[in-house]
Amino acid sequence: MSNGQNQDQSMFSNTILKWIDDRFPLSSLIREHATDYYASKNFNIWYIFGVLSLVVLVIQLVTGIFLTMSYKPSAKEAFDSVEYIMRSVEWGWLIRYMHSTGSSFFFIVVYLHMFRAMLYGSYKKPRELVWIVGMLIYFCLIAEAFFGYLLPWGNMSYWAAQVIVNLFSAIPFIGETLTEWIRGDYYISDITLNRFFAFHVIAVPLAIIALVFAHILALHHVGSNNPDGIEIKNYKDEQGKPIDGVAFHPYHTSKDLVWITVFLILFFAAVFFAPEMGGFFLEVDNFEPANPLQTPEHIVPPWYLTPYYAILRAIPNKLLGVIFMASSVLFFVFLPWLDKCKVKSIRYRGWQYKLALSCFAISFVVLGYLGMQPATGIYVVLARLFTIVYFLFFLMMPFYTRFEKTKPVPERVVYKK
Amino acid sequence: MKLFKTITVSCFLLLILYSDLMKASEGNTGDNFLVANNDVSDVNSLQRGAGNFFNYCAGCHSLKFIRYNQIAEDLDLNESQLVQNLIFTQAKPEDAVITNMLPSDGSRWFGKSPPDLSLITRSRGTDQVYNFLRTFYKDSTSPTGADNRALPGTSMPNVLWLVQEQLNEKEFDQFTLDIVNFLDYVSEPIQSERKRIGIWVILFLLVFLVFSYGLYKDIWKEVH
Repeated sequence: MSNGQNQDQSMFSNTILKWIDDRFPLSSLIREHATDYYASKNFNIWYIFGVLSLVVLVIQLVTGIFLTMSYKPSAKEAFDSVEYIMRSVEWGWLIRYMHSTGSSFFFIVVYLHMFRAMLYGSYKKPRELVWIVGMLIYFCLIAEAFFGYLLPWGNMSYWAAQVIVNLFSAIPFIGETLTEWIRGDYYISDITLNRFFAFHVIAVPLAIIALVFAHILALHHVGSNNPDGIEIKNYKDEQGKPIDGVAFHPYHTSKDLVWITVFLILFFAAVFFAPEMGGFFLEVDNFEPANPLQTPEHIVPPWYLTPYYAILRAIPNKLLGVIFMASSVLFFVFLPWLDKCKVKSIRYRGWQYKLALSCFAISFVVLGYLGMQPATGIYVVLARLFTIVYFLFFLMMPFYTRFEKTKPVPERVVYKK
Repeated sequence: MKLFKTITVSCFLLLILYSDLMKASEGNTGDNFLVANNDVSDVNSLQRGAGNFFNYCAGCHSLKFIRYNQIAEDLDLNESQLVQNLIFTQAKPEDAVITNMLPSDGSRWFGKSPPDLSLITRSRGTDQVYNFLRTFYKDSTSPTGADNRALPGTSMPNVLWLVQEQLNEKEFDQFTLDIVNFLDYVSEPIQSERKRIGIWVILFLLVFLVFSYGLYKDIWKEVH
């Protein structure tokens, strides 16, 4: 009886599926990107951050839509409307805290995602475009965070925007005119807030979504890398499936679900118990409305941008500082060509790259710390020192990777049950 | 690989340590600086703090982001208690807490119009507000006749001087702490509720984790 019912049901759904498939490649899309997309079975924890950034993207988009329903992008009302969301909108506080916590978590997972690529050489041939599109997403993310940071119209929002926009004035000849054009006024004002709102809710999110599609399409075209940095496509079974791979669905999806749950526990622990995170996620100065006449004691960008801010302040000349800061972000794009080593994974690479990457990671974290401190005395000296380390990682890469003594790379991926 | 794991873990530990140091270094302005450590779930303290606030502060300061009836609801007060004890203006219970003093009068009398205090504990921190309230002292050189150790040169007069004289030091500390506690509540009325809900959310996710892990183990058992 129940068997017959099941058959009826599956026949019915097959009819619908066939109807759709005749008009839209639904089944083949699902096969291509989920049930027949093979990825290595030996993924470790570093391989979770791509999926997690997708999870955070969805959180940001959904909470963002609901915030937009009550937020007022005007200098007179913006600050009050955020408090209105926090107090009078049903569950508004939860939506807002999820969005503000989400922006910090976005950068946490994206930084770890990027570091994974550097650990296992995921930017190397044939994945250069996956990496470059990923970097474009990262640039958009910085822009998105910057525009969004002004919207609460708190005093730190205001002055951070002031400082960052003023950076463009360092460009010779057109600098002053350019900053005015960006602001739409002689100072950060209502018109600036309005256009930043437009960029934050429409322009940049559209670009991010399009780029994320391109990122995933490119990845699925070349196949995922793995912790051993070897191609699983080289060993296939009779049906042409990689022996060391398992289908994305249901294998990787079921594994991802476990990690997504762990991630959500950490995320909601922050949302419910420490939404301000000691001033890291929500800055104390931002609980005072924007005041053009009162500068906060230390103007600092949010924590995820402080490494670059430290580099900017380490250079005594403003124009040079801006150039160094911009190139410190841009250098990532050229990693596929700076790295001359044939071996992808850090497991089989020589001590040179291991040392260089460690120094780079340390300098990134230390610069992040220094970017939050006042630019005086020992802090400036340290910032200069670590700026040099930061740039040496990229500039010297063609040399130290060329002479690396690598270990033999296995033919098949290492997998322990 | 061990090296990288060590680096990652130590970076996180450094961050945690750093935020702890930040917290510790906040409270080092002068001797006798106390940590507020107030408890917003203590409704009795909130009621006392609300009373103190409306008797001594609300003449000049507004709490424009909160309404009287919400305070009543959250502090377990009925409408007659609210009207008798907290509303000293012509405001109705559903009105926001706005002082009767005109901002222009404020700037004329004190040189600076008294700020709205809805978010003061979030922008300045509860410790700072607490120590501000309890460290006024007589100073004949100041135009208001008093100065403050936590915020020297403040334009606010010592409105609590009579209370300061009537109560002993410990009682006065409690008196001001109740105000701080009330202001902390006002800065984020949902915070007690937020933590209460949070526990259930985390518990749900922990249960969900067990099931998702079971699903993962079941699906992966055929992978060798």
